[in-house]
Amino acid sequence: MPDTVMTRPAATGTGAAMLEISDLHAFYGESHVLHGVSLEVRQGEVVTLLGRNGAGKTTTMRSIMGIVGKRTGSIRFQGKELIGMTQHRIPRLGIGYVPEERGIFASLSVDENLILPPVVKSGGMTIEQIYTLFPNLKGRGSTQGTRLSGGEQQMLAIARILRTGATLILLDEPTEGLAPVIIEQIAVAVRKLKQRGFTIVLVEQNFRFAATIADRHYVMEEGHVVDMIPNDQLAQNMDKLHTYLGV
Amino acid sequence: MVTLFGIPSQVLFGQLLLGLINGSFYALLSLGLAVIFGMLNVINFAHGALYMIGAFVAWLLLTKLGLGYWWALGLAPLAVGLLGVVLEKTMLSRLYKLDHLYGLLLTFGLALILEGALRHQYGVSGQPYPIPDLLKGGQNLGFMFLPNYRGWVVVASLVACLGTWYAIERTRLGAYLRAATENPVLVQAFGLNVPVMITATYGFGVALAGLAGVLAAPIYQVNPLMGSNLIIIVFAVVVIGGMGSILGAIVTGLGLGLLEGLTKVFYPEASNIVVFVVMAIVLLIKPAGLFGRER
Repeated sequence: MPDTVMTRPAATGTGAAMLEISDLHAFYGESHVLHGVSLEVRQGEVVTLLGRNGAGKTTTMRSIMGIVGKRTGSIRFQGKELIGMTQHRIPRLGIGYVPEERGIFASLSVDENLILPPVVKSGGMTIEQIYTLFPNLKGRGSTQGTRLSGGEQQMLAIARILRTGATLILLDEPTEGLAPVIIEQIAVAVRKLKQRGFTIVLVEQNFRFAATIADRHYVMEEGHVVDMIPNDQLAQNMDKLHTYLGV
Repeated sequence: MVTLFGIPSQVLFGQLLLGLINGSFYALLSLGLAVIFGMLNVINFAHGALYMIGAFVAWLLLTKLGLGYWWALGLAPLAVGLLGVVLEKTMLSRLYKLDHLYGLLLTFGLALILEGALRHQYGVSGQPYPIPDLLKGGQNLGFMFLPNYRGWVVVASLVACLGTWYAIERTRLGAYLRAATENPVLVQAFGLNVPVMITATYGFGVALAGLAGVLAAPIYQVNPLMGSNLIIIVFAVVVIGGMGSILGAIVTGLGLGLLEGLTKVFYPEASNIVVFVVMAIVLLIKPAGLFGRER
């Protein structure tokens, strides 16, 4: 039974709908992984996808980018339908993807990693602005990409998207495996991005981190969205969340 | 007469030069193979045949259109590159989702078709191709006589190899290529057209083979089997150097050519097999190749 999205007005970000997913089904080969995901992200919002391992959060991200096997349903970005579009055109609409595994290239230097994703829209951050946001990356230009620490690689993975001018950022588990001090650095950076008007979809298992940043939380379970909790109602819904996330 | 290690210097350096020339061809061809394998994960068995096509295009340009060596140097690699693009787009690209073995079999089949077609048309005795006037003659260096054309082959190959290395390791386009070799899905998720990059890489790799073919035309006879004679040794070179390593292919190619030359001087019986002996040793000690990375 497909679940419907409970649309309550968001606390912030009352802009136009930037991303609208309706009844998305996704398949890895024979495996039916997403069973009718529906959600919506408005301009300027930070929205999280919460859920246990295997709930379908990363698959939803990959479906938006078109790097999943087969998809049915509808994914609209600023009104344009993404399903059926040639895969490499999707990021060029202004969507930046920071994958769970970070994807820093070992055969490239830090500088080369940083400028690899092509500029897709004007208004992207300059290298100087990026170094201001992520001082750890300054002066590491010629280092091999994978020689950076986990946290620095995560910063690099985010930084290279910021240069492209993408306005919707898909952040998949940015704090996974990182020390609390580094998590805080990343949280500060993501908050600054929100202030600058970026729209962010965040996949996180660490919902304490998610709660400090997000406007709304979608909860996913077994390939579909089962609940939506605005951030200002998080406290009342803690018990429900604990059940969903199994913590 | 000067002797070194009991060998007349003319003989020694003559053989070393021959070894360097062979090494130049090994380097050019294994470089193309390495670039193609790195990006496409395909062992391009058609590489020798495409080298041969390069030589034939040069010969046909001369005999049918009266266009000489310097035209061929530009046009033949272009023609072979274009042929490569067509082959990749129409046939090879359909096999990427399958086991690598299918790509190997396809390119092997293509090699047989290309060689067979030309053998049918021109027979196996070679066609002569003249050395260009500008490069005729040679220099007396005292310890040896250096034919100009042979010197040119070594220099031209080195320039092509180092140019390729530079383009891949030091330019923006090269960074795209290296990244797409490592993680093509993510590179595509950034908005870069990876299938086009793959096609261009195959085209470029075989264009290098075509270039080697033009360089070879005045030295060896232009005949349909010139590629298959060479390709086995080139595969050994790539295995020794390490698949997917640019610098490895160049250094190994030249080094093994020199080794072959030296072997011919001091122990000629082993000169045909010395490369394979080295390959066996390298596989036992460092299977990824001297310059290779574990895949």
